[in-house]
Formats: sequence, structure tokens, C-alpha cells
Amino acid sequence: MPRLNSKEDLKALRRKIVAKRDLNKPYITLCSGTACHATGSDAVAVAIQEELEKQCLTEKVGLRRTGCHGFCERGPIIIIYPEEICYLNVTPEDVPEIITKTIKGKEIIERLLYTDSSTGERMVHEQDIPFYKYQTRLVFSGNLWVDPTNIEDYIALGGYRGLAKALHEMTPEEVLAEVKSANLRGRGGGGFPAGRKWETTRNAPGEPKYVIVNCDEGDPGAYMDRSIMEGNPHRVLEGLTIAAYAIGASHGFIYVRQEYPLAVSNLAIALEQAKEYGFLGEDILGSGFKFDVVVHRGAGAFVSGESSALMNAIEGKVGEPRPKYIHTSESGVWDKPSNLNNVETYATVPLILEKGADWFTSIGTEGSKGTKIFSLVGTVNNTGLVEVPMGTTLRDIIYKIGGGIRGGKKFKGVQTGGPSGGIIPEQYLDSPVDFDELTKLGSMMGSGGMIVMDEDTCVVDLARYFVDFLCEESCGKCVPCREGLKRMREILNDIVAGKGKEGDIALLEEIATVMKKASLCALGTTAANPALSTIRYFRDEYEAHITERRCPALVCKELISYYIEPEKCIACLLCSKNCPEDAIEGEKKTIHVIDQTKCIKCGICYDVCPPKAGAVTKISGKPVPATDTRSGAENRTR
Amino acid sequence: MAKIDMRKVDEIIDRYKGEEGFLIQLLLDLQSEFNWISPETIARISEQMRIPKSQIYRIASFYKAMSLKPVGRHIIQVCLGTACQVRGAPKILDRIEENLKIKEGATTSDMRFSLKRVNCLGCCAMGPVIVVDGIYHGKITPLMVENILEQYE
Repeated sequence: MPRLNSKEDLKALRRKIVAKRDLNKPYITLCSGTACHATGSDAVAVAIQEELEKQCLTEKVGLRRTGCHGFCERGPIIIIYPEEICYLNVTPEDVPEIITKTIKGKEIIERLLYTDSSTGERMVHEQDIPFYKYQTRLVFSGNLWVDPTNIEDYIALGGYRGLAKALHEMTPEEVLAEVKSANLRGRGGGGFPAGRKWETTRNAPGEPKYVIVNCDEGDPGAYMDRSIMEGNPHRVLEGLTIAAYAIGASHGFIYVRQEYPLAVSNLAIALEQAKEYGFLGEDILGSGFKFDVVVHRGAGAFVSGESSALMNAIEGKVGEPRPKYIHTSESGVWDKPSNLNNVETYATVPLILEKGADWFTSIGTEGSKGTKIFSLVGTVNNTGLVEVPMGTTLRDIIYKIGGGIRGGKKFKGVQTGGPSGGIIPEQYLDSPVDFDELTKLGSMMGSGGMIVMDEDTCVVDLARYFVDFLCEESCGKCVPCREGLKRMREILNDIVAGKGKEGDIALLEEIATVMKKASLCALGTTAANPALSTIRYFRDEYEAHITERRCPALVCKELISYYIEPEKCIACLLCSKNCPEDAIEGEKKTIHVIDQTKCIKCGICYDVCPPKAGAVTKISGKPVPATDTRSGAENRTR
Repeated sequence: MAKIDMRKVDEIIDRYKGEEGFLIQLLLDLQSEFNWISPETIARISEQMRIPKSQIYRIASFYKAMSLKPVGRHIIQVCLGTACQVRGAPKILDRIEENLKIKEGATTSDMRFSLKRVNCLGCCAMGPVIVVDGIYHGKITPLMVENILEQYE
């Protein structure tokens, strides 16, 4: 492919690609993101290839392996064009039938369709499935169509048009003004206006200037940046190059977690192709603008997602934050002005350039414009990635899109903003989700993790989990974060172990205040949020742990006991056979009893007890009743 | 434990000669080649690249992706991301620790398994998840642990 030297070249190439494509030709797209990869998408791909060969259809039917479609709960997902039939949970065994019946016979296989659990209705098209119906997929849309290893797929969708427009029709100042008036706020955490950041970097003295993509998505339970990087890397590259043009940067870095191997390899392919086609390198699209990008792999440290720490890591140093009175936009990588945004922010930029700031600001709320991708996970029915306009309520996201709580359990709270955020309880489910509303509720937007919790989650244990996580990840450079987290961990460990003392809650709050005021970087200043928000909304649970030695959610190991209710036990021996510690006495027709001195509280007996019996229960805050085995199960054998 | 092939080490070091800010990328390459970074490897980097050993240890001990201890034949990663956490991952980790008689971060004395906890593998829909030698096992219950581990010699 010769390189493209003008806007017209790009237009002509796009026309050529589109003209070559026969829209009536049957086409199978197969979701191949990491989640689908884990559920067997590779095997399905092989099966499709083999079956097409067997039926001599390789010429007549296309196969495209796309990025993540978002509905990870039901992967691998395939969509058959032109009818746009959507099949879920596809296995290699289903493939011959799909080819014979659906591709050749134009017949729909009912069992592979989405079935609405409440109405029983089956849905043929992706957009009819409630999970997708209530979404507005703009940034994520390309993932459905694009093979990330083929730049022509992206170009066919209008890719790089935004870049062409910026380079050939706008001055850098105009591009900057457009992004500023779109009021695009950074999607990585703080929500700082991207345009203002760009402007500061542009105006800062010093050459060269750098632009950097943060794909060090360390927030546990969040994977939207990875899915964009894996599924549509050119959109990120396009956004980055536009930013470089606006800022006047000639070098870019993409910092990707080593834990994201597919993102790293798809990105490497995308970079090669972008260079080959003239979207990167010297004289981009014949505009005279030059820009190069280098990929850095992150080596696994949550704190190095912080902007100044990330810049240290790029320099090959330990990823610790730098003093905050120096702004990275003025003095970043190698002490040069450096602009850092996350993947989703850059991926939004081409849309703004192409459709205009007015279009962008028509979506969202007063202070937060556009859409946001959330990673909706935890104990929700439809786990996956969800893109909605800013201002959508938590209830709509969790219930309409997420399909409510698994197993008919009761909703307890939703954690947003990862370890820096907080837990939002039921009474705020109707709050609109945007940067400012979530902060008001004591949480934050963060990068978009949304972890749903049901009644079986202990919030004290969860706060301990986050503090534990951050304790491991704190770099130790500043005292408030290093020591504060350690002391908080000790207190929380005591509380969940039933050793809590009066005054512990107040002490946690006091430490939190100091950490918030005195820590060096955002890891420390926000680290107490999970503990503070759970204290704010679930103080009674903390008190139950401390004063009654009771875990209301029946989670904290030291505070619960497993107990077999004699009147329910059917003496089936399942629990005693599976007990790893031989702690359950019992034989046929004799009620089983757990020896509390041997029990390690692994919960296996609870899991294996047949649901019709439901004899194994958890108790907390009161002594285990003695069981009189003599009353025997034989009287009740059925 | 396989012996570290020093020629291979040199080959990887050569890729980075003359570059700025290379140390993390170099160590990552060595880690993925050998699964750990041995004292001899560190000495070699120090000598070839003219950087103090202490600086290399500082980096290698800071970042989680690098291991300064040899690892077992099979690597078990237990996801303790928040989504897996609320779906019961701690019980899975407990079960594996009980079963192998080691704590997370350690290697069994017969070098059969190394056990690691990780903070999110990004396949939250399958949670709780464990990965053994790159193979994902999803929707795990404590009862399934033994059967999975038995598959690995």
C-alpha cells in the first residue's frame, strides 16, 4: 500500500475499500477480546474456518475477528451479516449448525439467541437486547466492526477523517479551541478538562513536547481502556496524533500494562500499519506535520498510573510520584512539557473533530459532556462494558442494562472509582452519573469501574480489601499514605477479626483526614474513600462488628460459624464427604454435626448442601447451638 | 530449575544498547524469557550497561511483573480484582493455599507450583477466575480447586 499524501488520498482509499465490499455477502464477526478469548473464542474461530473450508464457503463467507462487544457475560458473541443475527455463548460444537442453517439456509437457531428472562421473548438483533438497547455506543462503536489488525476496517468506518480535517483544515489553535469548547473531561480519574491541560502543555516553554497515552489501567474490576486498545487501537492513535498536532508535540508514548498482552500486540500492529499508510512518521497525510510514537510496557505497579509516576516509569525509573507543585504539563518526561490522558479520552477526540463540539456538548449533563464507558461487574446479571451518556442514572445502568442483581439477591451498594472511590448505597440509585454527582456522594467517577454488590458483601471487609490493596501498592515515598494505610489496615483487620475497639471508627476517620490533606499524590489523598464512604453509609455494620462481634452480611470468617440445622439435615453425607478437615461427623440416617474446633470455615459444606435441604447455615454474633444427634434423622427420612 | 542461558541474556541486553530509559523494558523481556531474574542476570546487566546493581534491584523489587526468586513449573494466578472479590475469590485462594500448603507469593518446595494473586485479569464476567499457565478457569468454586490442580504435574 502506498502512503497517503493528502486528504483526497484518504477519501479515495476509503471509497475504494467500501466499493470492494459487497454488503450482501454473508459475514461473520466474532468477538475476540480478552474475556471472549478466555471463554473460548479462539476455538470457535478455528471451528468456523474449518467448517467454511469443509463446505467450500471460504470465498463466499467472510470472517472477521473483532474487539470486545461488551457483553462479556454471554461471550463468545458472533454476529452474522447482512441480517445482523446475534448469537451468544457460541461453542465450537454450534458452528457446523450455524453455517448450515443460518448462513446457507437463512434459518435462525433459536437456542443461541438472547432470551429475555422476564418475558421469555427471544431477540435476534444485538440492538434489541436490553443490555445494548439502552446504551449509546459512540467511542466503543468501532469495536463491533473493526478487525483491530486491519487498518482498512477502521478507514472504512471513516477512521482518520478527524485527523485529516485537523491537519488540513484547522490550525493547532483551532483544534485546541474545539476540544476546549467540547468541554472534554479526562476519562482516567480526576475529570480535569483535557483542553486546558493541552493548552498548558502547548504554552509551556521547552522542546520537544510529549504526548502520552495512559493505558496503565490498574483499577481492579475495570477494563474499558484495555478493550478499546485491543479492539480499536487506531482510534486511540488518531486521537493521540490530533492532540500532538494541537499541542505541538513531535513524540508520543503509549504506556500499556504488561498484563494486557493482546493490547500490546494489537497496538504494535496498528503502529506499523499507521506508519505504512502515512498516519504517523514524517509529513503525515502530506501536511508537513511529523509525529512518532513509542510503546512502553508497564511492569505492574498501581501507583505508576499516576501521571508523574508514569513519567518516571517511562524514563526507566521506579514509578513513584514526583512532588506535585511541578505540573507534568510543564515538566514531565525528561523534564519536558508532557500531556497525559487516558485511552478513552484520546479515543473520544476523533469524534469531536469529526462531528464538532456542538454535537458533543449536546450529549451529557451541564458539567460532564459526552458518553462514558463503564465496566459493570460484580454480582450483576449482565456483566460487561457499557457506554451511556453522562447523566444516566445508576438504576438505569444496573437494572435496565445490567439486568439487576444475580440470583434475585438484594442490592446493597455499588463501588465506583475503584480503590479511590466509594460505595454508593441504595437510596442514591436514582442519582445521575457524572463527575460532579459522584463526588458529591463521597465517591468519584474514576476511570469507570462500577462494581455491584449484593447483600452477601460485607462492607467492612470490602473497605479492608481496598485498604489492603492500596497498602501493597503505596510506593512508600510519603508518610501519610505509607503509614496511614498501614494503620488503617491494622484497625480494619482487627474489626473484621472481632477485635475491634470502641473509638476505632473515629480513629479511622482521623487518619483519613490527615491522609487526604497531606499525601503526595492522588493515591494517598483518595485512599481513605472506600473506608470513609462505608462508614458514612453503613456505620451500623461497623458498630455491629465492634460491639456485638457480629458480621451482618455473614462474611467475616472470625465472626461466623457454620452450623447444620438438625431439623433440616437430610443426612445425605455430602458435606461430611467434602469437608477438607474431616470436621463433620455424621453417617447415614444420623444428623450431621460440625465440630467447631476443627472447622476452618472454608464454606464448602454450605456450598454442597443440597438446596432442597438448605441445612447448613451461617450464624454470627451468637453461640452455636448444641445439636442432639440422638433425635436422629431416621424419623424424618423421606 | 532450568539453568539461565547467559548467551540469551546477552542477546536481550544487546537489544537495548544505546537507548535511554531502557531498564524496565529490558527487565520485562528477561522476565518473560526466564520467568525470573537471577542474581547472575543482574550482575551481567550491571556490567554490560554500566549501571549499579542496587539500581537494578530497586526496579526489579518495585514492579510486580518481575520476580527475583525462581518460580515453579506451573504458575497459578488467582484473580482478586474487586469483581472476583465480591464473587467469592478469597475462598478460592484460601482453598488453594490449604491444598498446596503455601501462601500466595510462594512456590511449593517441589517446584511444582508458584502461587500469585493478581489484581484483575479483566474477565470479570467469568469471576472468580484463576489462570494456570495461561489457561483461564472461570466461575470457580472451592470444590473445583483440587480437580484443576491435579491436571498439572
